[in-house]
Amino acid sequence: MITLKNIHKSFKTQKVLCGVNLEIPKGKITVIIGRSGEGKSVLLKHLIGLVLPDSGDVVIDGCNLNTLDDYALKDFRKNFGMLFQNAALFDSMNVFENVAFPLVEHSDLTESKIRDRVHEVLELVGLKDIDQKSPSQLSGGMRKRVGLARAIALLPQILLYDEPTTGLDPIMTDSIDHLILNTQKKLGITSVVISHDIGATFRIADKVAILHEGKILLEGDEKTFRQSQNSFVKRFLEGKSEGTEM
Amino acid sequence: MWESKYYKNLQFYFLSLFEELGLFSQFGVHFFRWVRQKPFRWKNLIAQMNFIGVDSTPIILLVSLFTGAVFALQTGYAFRLFNAQSLVGATVGLSLTREIAPVFAALMVTARAGSSMAAEIGSMRVTEQIDALEAMAINPIHYLLVPRVLAGTLMLPLLTVVFNFVGFVGAYLVGVGLLNIPEGPFMSRMSTYVDVDDLFGGLIKAIIFGFLITLISCYQGYKTQGGAQGVGRATTRAVVISSVTILVVDYFLTQWILELMGSK
Repeated sequence: MITLKNIHKSFKTQKVLCGVNLEIPKGKITVIIGRSGEGKSVLLKHLIGLVLPDSGDVVIDGCNLNTLDDYALKDFRKNFGMLFQNAALFDSMNVFENVAFPLVEHSDLTESKIRDRVHEVLELVGLKDIDQKSPSQLSGGMRKRVGLARAIALLPQILLYDEPTTGLDPIMTDSIDHLILNTQKKLGITSVVISHDIGATFRIADKVAILHEGKILLEGDEKTFRQSQNSFVKRFLEGKSEGTEM
Repeated sequence: MWESKYYKNLQFYFLSLFEELGLFSQFGVHFFRWVRQKPFRWKNLIAQMNFIGVDSTPIILLVSLFTGAVFALQTGYAFRLFNAQSLVGATVGLSLTREIAPVFAALMVTARAGSSMAAEIGSMRVTEQIDALEAMAINPIHYLLVPRVLAGTLMLPLLTVVFNFVGFVGAYLVGVGLLNIPEGPFMSRMSTYVDVDDLFGGLIKAIIFGFLITLISCYQGYKTQGGAQGVGRATTRAVVISSVTILVVDYFLTQWILELMGSK
């Protein structure tokens, strides 16, 4: 279980999070939705300690991230996998080296076992025979798949996805959604997904939370959202602007 | 009114300067904390030594040869005025070992390797590759910074030795070959006036310059913000700040080394 307690975060004079409270259930898929620039990625980075709150607590399975020093936080992150918005693959490495990287750094596996594991996770995300390609030779969808393969290589307990389908075509989006679901089913991990895609959100989510004006406006399942009378939630689900918004 | 605005701008400038110095010092402290942590990444260190040292050798050879040559040419013509041409070798030797070799080698490494480091780390920052390292439980200072700074600190003295040798070859070719200074006095005066302490003083400077320019370049890359423009700005700042630092620190080091050598 991940618990966010009254998280506040500002960058210089800009307030991004103004008292976020959220519980993320263990072993389920939680999707956080919200408008662009609302601070969803910042919130996600709080879960792994990449961004620290100005005030408030992030508690993961009873461990408060605020109480960990640099070294302890580094070790704690071994429980996580993260897929970044643009995959964040290392330019200086090919696909194989990218996926093998966390295994080389954190496991005692032999070279041949690392090779087997890399091919196993690449197959899991539907990729084959691209070991020697560099990240710049891959399409957006392939980069995200490689990023996902790298994120799950070490069998993390918690997997974070930062807008995994943004900028992809509908077929690739569907394919990534299936990957999230399949990864969840096969590995039984806790997944937190940042998304704009309402359709995909309700297809994959066990729980949905909407971030608005620095706070969680509503959380629950699809039914809760469909029945909500909140005007912003309604507009967001229907994808309608107020007309004056730019 | 304008005085108040001027005062506020000045105040802001100094506060920013001190903030920057504080952040840089903190970054340096992080380096010393993480340099002792395991695992030690030999592979990364050797790759960086190759990049900073071996790959910089051609430019160092070229620059040092012509620096020594032009210095011999200038001093040769100047010393001819009072018939002291035999001192050209000693003058070039002293200048190279004490000042020119460490300073020019550091400036060349800044231009070639420092700028590249700032751009590479800056690009990694803006494309979230540094965040990805952290998310994979790898400290970016340990992984990216430690090998680069150690490699810079180790390789700059070696490049300085190369600079000294080739610079002197350039001076010899011009002095003996072109200006017809007799070889005997040219060499003997040099060996009389230049000793190991001069070379050693230059190498101490090179070690300190190597550490500073790699730390500054990595720091500028590490704190990059924004996209391509941010990377460009970080690269420029890395080169400018490193170059100025070399020249400023050189003065104080020279003073310290000369005092240490008993103002020889």
